[in-house]
Amino acid sequence: MTESEQLAGKAAQPSKQEEVEALRSGPALPPPGTAIIEVRDIGKSYGSVIALREVSTTVNAGEVTCVLGDNGAGKSTFIKILAGAHAHSDGEFLVDGEKRRFSSPREALSLGIATVYQDLAVVPLMPVWRNFFLGSELTRGWGPLRRLDIPRMKAITKSELAAMGIDLRDVEQPIGTLSGGERQCVAIARAVYFGARVLILDEPTAALGVRQSGVVLKYVAKARDRGLGVVFISHNPHHAYPVGDRFMLLRRGRSMGNFPKGEMTLDELVQMMAGGVELEQLSHELARQMPDSEVARELETDVAETIGPAEPLDPSDDSDEVSGASRS
Amino acid sequence: MTTTTARPPTAGPGPERDERVGQHARLGAILRRPEVGALVAALLIFCYFSFSTTAFAQPSGASTWVFTSSSFAIMAVAVGLLMIGGEFDLSAGAMTGTTGLVTGIMMTHYEMNVWVSVATSLVIALAIGFLNGLLVMKTGLPSFIVTLGTFFVLRGLNLAVTKQIIHQVSVVDFQSASGYAAGNKVFGSFLRFDLGWLPWVSLPNTKNLTIYAATWWAIAFVLAATWALQRTRAGNWIFAVGGAQQSSRQVGVPVFRTKIGLFMTTAFAGWIVGMLTLFKTTTAQSTTGIGAEFIYIICAVVGGCLLTGGYGSAIGAALGALIYGMVGQGIVYAGWDSDWLYAVLGVMLLGAVMVNNWVKTRAERVR
Repeated sequence: MTESEQLAGKAAQPSKQEEVEALRSGPALPPPGTAIIEVRDIGKSYGSVIALREVSTTVNAGEVTCVLGDNGAGKSTFIKILAGAHAHSDGEFLVDGEKRRFSSPREALSLGIATVYQDLAVVPLMPVWRNFFLGSELTRGWGPLRRLDIPRMKAITKSELAAMGIDLRDVEQPIGTLSGGERQCVAIARAVYFGARVLILDEPTAALGVRQSGVVLKYVAKARDRGLGVVFISHNPHHAYPVGDRFMLLRRGRSMGNFPKGEMTLDELVQMMAGGVELEQLSHELARQMPDSEVARELETDVAETIGPAEPLDPSDDSDEVSGASRS
Repeated sequence: MTTTTARPPTAGPGPERDERVGQHARLGAILRRPEVGALVAALLIFCYFSFSTTAFAQPSGASTWVFTSSSFAIMAVAVGLLMIGGEFDLSAGAMTGTTGLVTGIMMTHYEMNVWVSVATSLVIALAIGFLNGLLVMKTGLPSFIVTLGTFFVLRGLNLAVTKQIIHQVSVVDFQSASGYAAGNKVFGSFLRFDLGWLPWVSLPNTKNLTIYAATWWAIAFVLAATWALQRTRAGNWIFAVGGAQQSSRQVGVPVFRTKIGLFMTTAFAGWIVGMLTLFKTTTAQSTTGIGAEFIYIICAVVGGCLLTGGYGSAIGAALGALIYGMVGQGIVYAGWDSDWLYAVLGVMLLGAVMVNNWVKTRAERVR
């Protein structure tokens, strides 16, 4: 579509739509594949505690960057830097190729970096539409008569949710009555509507069941297909792998690498995540030093458990050795 | 044509209408409104005292409880908004005393113009409200504790400062202050309505219903609060900060500003009631308003405001005040010991809290 066509398309839309468009602030989406966010050797220390060091990755438009790591790996510190809640202390943070240092989440938001936190930032007792527009309400009239434009907000909420594939009976119902997956989707739809170019999702599937997780992953893919850059934070490689284009693994505040999907299989990802190699080494060592130790045996079973499920999928790689070792 | 299967002319899917929202949902929505319980209770109480006592429904008898309800309604609405916003203000009662005393002392002791005195007390009230909000927000302490502190400070100052300045504990005789007539018109005037045509009015001396300025103020306050709560951004933010403060902050709701505004609104309401009491009774007592802070909270809760915040309505809080006013006066007309009032209030509070809690659990229930 040429620029003139786009303009013509815009002009043809009703004026109401234009107003709404104007409300969504921030720069436009770059073409898919362009890096929106780039971090180079970024680090963060709180006083003498180093929470994160030398982490590098990119977030491209139309791609999903997965940040994987166990509890305490530094995932939340990393999100907070991206979201603007904390400023980084080392390294470079580039947005659209420009160096940035955020001092508030508002700055990040104005550049189109929106975060959907684990608690989803919803008010359970308030209706879905009020939650959707909370903090960015549409109004009409002015002065003391400036009031909420309720019919429009309800209509937009309904249509935006429908565009994400969520069909709600009634946008007037309290958001607390929705299921966890639906609430997550409302939060994602809200961020997308308000001009997010980069969507940071903090453990969106952590508290959900299998089916609900699948639903959320579908919306993550939808957001990606709309051309957004997505940062998907998770400790579950099975959720991250199907939607991810790039994987960044964190352990104990350090990056264990930043891999495009082509360079990594699910098994490798699982193994790296579980600390498979380290576990394996440890169990070998223990077995050698204390052959009858209870701990060594437990560890061996652990290794078998974490790496075991990968076995039938990919018997050729080194997981074969590991499972062999654990059986001996 | 005969070979083709005759297709009955079925109507396609109807127009864009969500068939899953039935007619009964409308009724359900009305029943789920926070003030419904209070409305039903108010009607029952009105009927009970109207039939069991002679004076209650007589226009002259009603004048008393209409006035009491009105001045309590102003405070209950403000405290209700604050509760929806997730905070308490225990200094609200003492505030009505403080503003009255400040105005009274300025008019008598310093011989100031009525409007100057009234404006000074407004500024002081708003400053105290601001301070309450600031302390709560900056310290992160529960507002219950912070305003309990403010309450005692005000209670002490009301007595100590008054005694220090005018060597008495109450201010009287300010009718000579300049501009008094105008001030009285705004805060102390009343209108008489001849309701002799009502079928149950039997005696000529009970046919007049007196409506004091407090009632007009209360109606204006309820309407303004309802408008703000349901139709403005500020109202949206009040529900949000009370329902989930952290979430509200994350989506860009100005939590600090909203809460400070709420504390200042409560102080403003305290000032209005202080003025109304001052001009109606033409005295300002150092002990005015003490003990009323819990009544306001009870009115708001009976009116459907959730103690934990995030749910409620201004009309509900006003209905709660109406119930309080009616029960208080009804007990007097019925010839019971007036101490029964507190027992009745306590029972109503417990009942209301349980109903509210049930409503909240239902609303938050995950499907």
